[in-house]
Amino acid sequence: MSAVERIRAVAMLFGGDRQADRAVPPTGFTARLTIFTAGAMAFLAVFVLALSLTAGRVAYRWTEELARTSTLRISAPEGQVDAQVQAAIRVLETTPGVASARALTDDEQRALLAPWFGPDLPVGSLPIPQLIEIFEEAGGYDATGLRARLQAEVPGALLDDHARWRAPLVAAAERLKLLGYSAVILIAGATAAMITLAAQAALAANAQVIQVMRLVGARDVYIAGAFVRRFTLRALTGAAIGALVSGVAVGLLPELEVAGGILEGIGFSGAEWLWVLAIPILATLVAFVATRAAAFRTLRRHA
Amino acid sequence: MIELERVAYSYGGEELFTDVTLSLAPGSFHFLTGPSGAGKTTLLKLCYGALIATSGQVRLFGENTRKMDRDRIAMNRRRIGVVHQDCQFLDHLPIAENVALPLTVAGRGDEADAYLDELLAWVGLSRQKEQLPPELSGGERQRAALARAIIMSPEVIIADEPTGNIDWEMSQRLLSLLVELNKLGKTVLIASHDLALIRAAKAQVSARVLRLKDRKIQAAEVDL
Repeated sequence: MSAVERIRAVAMLFGGDRQADRAVPPTGFTARLTIFTAGAMAFLAVFVLALSLTAGRVAYRWTEELARTSTLRISAPEGQVDAQVQAAIRVLETTPGVASARALTDDEQRALLAPWFGPDLPVGSLPIPQLIEIFEEAGGYDATGLRARLQAEVPGALLDDHARWRAPLVAAAERLKLLGYSAVILIAGATAAMITLAAQAALAANAQVIQVMRLVGARDVYIAGAFVRRFTLRALTGAAIGALVSGVAVGLLPELEVAGGILEGIGFSGAEWLWVLAIPILATLVAFVATRAAAFRTLRRHA
Repeated sequence: MIELERVAYSYGGEELFTDVTLSLAPGSFHFLTGPSGAGKTTLLKLCYGALIATSGQVRLFGENTRKMDRDRIAMNRRRIGVVHQDCQFLDHLPIAENVALPLTVAGRGDEADAYLDELLAWVGLSRQKEQLPPELSGGERQRAALARAIIMSPEVIIADEPTGNIDWEMSQRLLSLLVELNKLGKTVLIASHDLALIRAAKAQVSARVLRLKDRKIQAAEVDL
């Protein structure tokens, strides 16, 4: 098919030809089924996309933001803690790749423990290790070298560069994102299959109509157009409703603010909302291609 | 207009007819007769490109059907009006729209209004124009099929057993419509085994009779 014919085919789709549409008898029940299925698929697609995009954002945040920080834990006998903290900060400040380091205040430590022990924990009177937050420069530091120096100068220090617990979380988020995108592709495939089946059924039911149209000199593109328009518009209607409902549902999901935004609520942010618009358009395209292929396949069997 | 040159057609490995050579000149009137199952309908289908010959050549307006794509065949059908044995209508549309269908599918639906009423009056279906095809009698359906076949003002009219299911009076009426078209210069080819009809036609027009028998086509020169 040449580019011009392709454009004409699309133009015919939206320009419409009431006469050609009338030639194919109307079907109430199967039309509603097609609309419903397209709607359900669009609903799922929007939801899964929201999930994938959220997983992607979480993975990005864990990679980018947490990679820039690490924690030093000082466990020392009472009385030596302050001295060791001072020593550790001195070591850190002279370590290449470390931007800054600071000891957490009692209030901050209490806030960290609050989810587990409640708000009124007397931090000062308990043998709780002191945490030092390290901010890295873009290139990061040499963790092995830093550990060796700390071992020599601050015996009670333990360096945690977050890699150990960050890596599986990032992997999980990445995997979730991948699963989500695979689900979207499967949904698109299932939509194409469903529309093809519906169109195939309509074409078979209307064999007589096709036969008559052929006999009186209708070109294939004209006959196919009547079916393609019908199914494409149904898919568009269904998908628009499904995507809209799903978009509203996702928008109304409760916001999650856990541990300073490390986790976040499922949803779209900013330009990602355009996906809610894109899904019905994609569904329309899928329906167009699927019905057109089915129609021409069927027509080639007619004289 | 339509030429067949040493045409054979096989169906399921069995040869229906072979070595058929025939030429429909402009303005000619032909009958195709022969026993049932001899392949009359198949031969007609070859003549409007619904089937492609197994061997030999079929030329429509000088063009070999074997070399035509589906669009080309569709375009040629607009120059050949066909009245089918079983009419073939869109049963959910009224007669008026069915008759205008060839114009509609050619993208010339807006021209229908100009001839439709006159055409329906000519075939005597003015009152039935809003009725659905299944509501019509056999003869009315045949006349509607004829009206549909000629709405594009085709050069050739092919009719397959047009009087198969209708009474004598009605078939006379249909025949006179076809004769009238022939007098306007249209080429007419009618498949029929109704010998009385052929005799009646020969009285009104110089018709040639072709007989398809024993896998061959022969001119039936003798009086029927």
